[in-house]
Amino acid sequence: MIKGNFIDNLPKVYGIYTGGFLAFIIIMAIGEQMGMTAKAIGIAFVAFTVAIYAIIGYLSRTAQADAYYVAGRQVPTVFNGMATAADWMSGASFVAMAGGIYFKGYGYMALLVGWTGGYVLVASLLAPYLRKFGCYTVPDFIGTRYGGNLSRFLAVVVLTVASFTYVTAQINATGTIASVALDIPFQYAVYVGLVSILLCSMLGGMRGVTWTQVAQYIVLIIAYLLPVFWISNKMGAGFFPHFMLADEVARIADLEAQFGLGTVTNSAADLATVPKGLAGITKAHSAVNATPWAFISLALAMMMGTASLPHVMMRYFTTPSVKAARKSVGWSLFFIFLLYSSAPMLATLSKLSLIDPNLATGIIGKSISEVQAIDWYQNWNQANLMFVSDFNGNGTLELNEFFMGGKAVVLATPEIAGLPYVISGLVAAGGMAAAMSTADGLILAIANALSHDLYYKIIDPKAETAKRLVVARVLLVVIGFAGATIAAMEIQGILGSVIWAFDFAMSGLFFPLVLGVWWKRANREGAIAGMALGLASGMGYLIWVRNGGSGFLGITQLTFGIFGSAVSLVSMVVVSLITSEPDAATQKMVDEVRVPAGKSILGKH
Amino acid sequence: MSKQAQHWEKTRGLLMVTLAIWFVFSIGIFLFGAEMETVGGPFGYPLTYWFTCQGSLGIFVILIFWFANRQEKIDEEFGFSEKGGDD
Repeated sequence: MIKGNFIDNLPKVYGIYTGGFLAFIIIMAIGEQMGMTAKAIGIAFVAFTVAIYAIIGYLSRTAQADAYYVAGRQVPTVFNGMATAADWMSGASFVAMAGGIYFKGYGYMALLVGWTGGYVLVASLLAPYLRKFGCYTVPDFIGTRYGGNLSRFLAVVVLTVASFTYVTAQINATGTIASVALDIPFQYAVYVGLVSILLCSMLGGMRGVTWTQVAQYIVLIIAYLLPVFWISNKMGAGFFPHFMLADEVARIADLEAQFGLGTVTNSAADLATVPKGLAGITKAHSAVNATPWAFISLALAMMMGTASLPHVMMRYFTTPSVKAARKSVGWSLFFIFLLYSSAPMLATLSKLSLIDPNLATGIIGKSISEVQAIDWYQNWNQANLMFVSDFNGNGTLELNEFFMGGKAVVLATPEIAGLPYVISGLVAAGGMAAAMSTADGLILAIANALSHDLYYKIIDPKAETAKRLVVARVLLVVIGFAGATIAAMEIQGILGSVIWAFDFAMSGLFFPLVLGVWWKRANREGAIAGMALGLASGMGYLIWVRNGGSGFLGITQLTFGIFGSAVSLVSMVVVSLITSEPDAATQKMVDEVRVPAGKSILGKH
Repeated sequence: MSKQAQHWEKTRGLLMVTLAIWFVFSIGIFLFGAEMETVGGPFGYPLTYWFTCQGSLGIFVILIFWFANRQEKIDEEFGFSEKGGDD
């Protein structure tokens, strides 16, 4: 793949790729008409897309440090935006978010606001300055700005804790989808997912990950939007759902009142018979049902976490210029917006198609035996994602007698709404793309920090490029396998561990990063205190609350980063002020970082 | 005041404006979530619901592009912008 040529031809290359993927969907649809089985379609979708990512990964192989760590710093703005969007939107965004909104309503939508608002902080506080710095990794910035091996090492620790928490959830998601689509046991599917992930990143590092992430974004956005538009049109709810679902939202509110949402509740004994992991509809769909602080604290934690997560930040190291880094953040958020603004619409369509008795697909009000005889109910009941039970013994299904897994909102809705199976295959490929792209970014962030900052900068500064890249690749595989092994144990849910990762990152890294640019007086001792005490107090709070601690100020185990980062800020400011100010060379370096023109602090770009 | 100090002062001013707008649409309005819910919003959605689904998200996208353009203007004004690399 010739560099200059390839970059110039990007729109054409990805245009052909998108056309090819659409043609593949049509071929599968024809195959379905001609009697191709659901299983064959599922396998074809996952195998075809993963094979393409692997080919891109192979073509992007490199032996240069600059290409391996930062894709040669020549990724154009819009394409970096797509890659960041894929990097960002994980299995949680793709598979779990619409489900969360479906069950929790308003309280959960804080995540939509938080996971987008954070990009304003990224664009204005950090990305352009870190790009000017010219670092390879986030700890590289901390280590150079504050100086000393301890600060660099602590940044590596925070990065590893946050990213590793996150990555196990992503490998878990790839395993879940691979096991359903390929029909193999989860324990093996996790490793199939892992091998697919490593195929993208091992040979080409950041360069390989960049070009596969663009390809993955295209797959995942088609897979998310196509069913939303299709269902909306089929239902007659409007050809452009985002602007036309107001009546449906109002209708759900009417039905909730009619079905006695909130007044008819289940006894604890009844609930004990519901399979683990499934939930009923207990919260209003569109009404405000959380206190302002519960909403705001969750949004705030996610926003500050966004601006501290190294795998996102390092995507902006790959742009050609500081100017491009800023614009690229805007494009990233635009591409994320396309999916995030569709999630509530999918939740609305999914819920209405299930509960509205006037629709053919509605099941509430039907007899229990009738529902239990429906094909899709049997499929998803077997997959342990759907459950009905006649608690009050009247033979009719009531709203409070219907239970579903969060994942089913995205995975099962196409089937429930009566779309052809080819759409379900497409959705599986999209979920796989979302989880793989995020896992790749995370594993690469950890492996790069360990190989560049720990091995090269601290342990063996004389190591040659070839040796450094061997170390980086070995670490990539080791971390991947460690992540997969933990994922195979299925310790925690996808969504919970993702939210924790944000809290860990903001506890340890938010203020050391931001103050590194915006407060010249911040010094090494302050940064060390900020990272160490921030991470320790955040983690301590989490452990305390998990073990029955009552918490304070309404800070929960989902928002413990607010406490951690507050401790980090205070300790960093206090310690910086009682110790001596940074030397003149460091202050001059900060001045240079604040100006886009001129050479970067590190390296030649 | 040196050229660099002036540039930084303007940059900081832009940051404050950007963060103020960000604060209003990520935090400020949700202090009044319950009150706003009874008001009709764009396309007929309840107002709070609309902000969480589309409004705030869309405003963030526009805000970042606006910020990027303003910052570029400031950099050009002081001759600190980079040459080339405009893609």
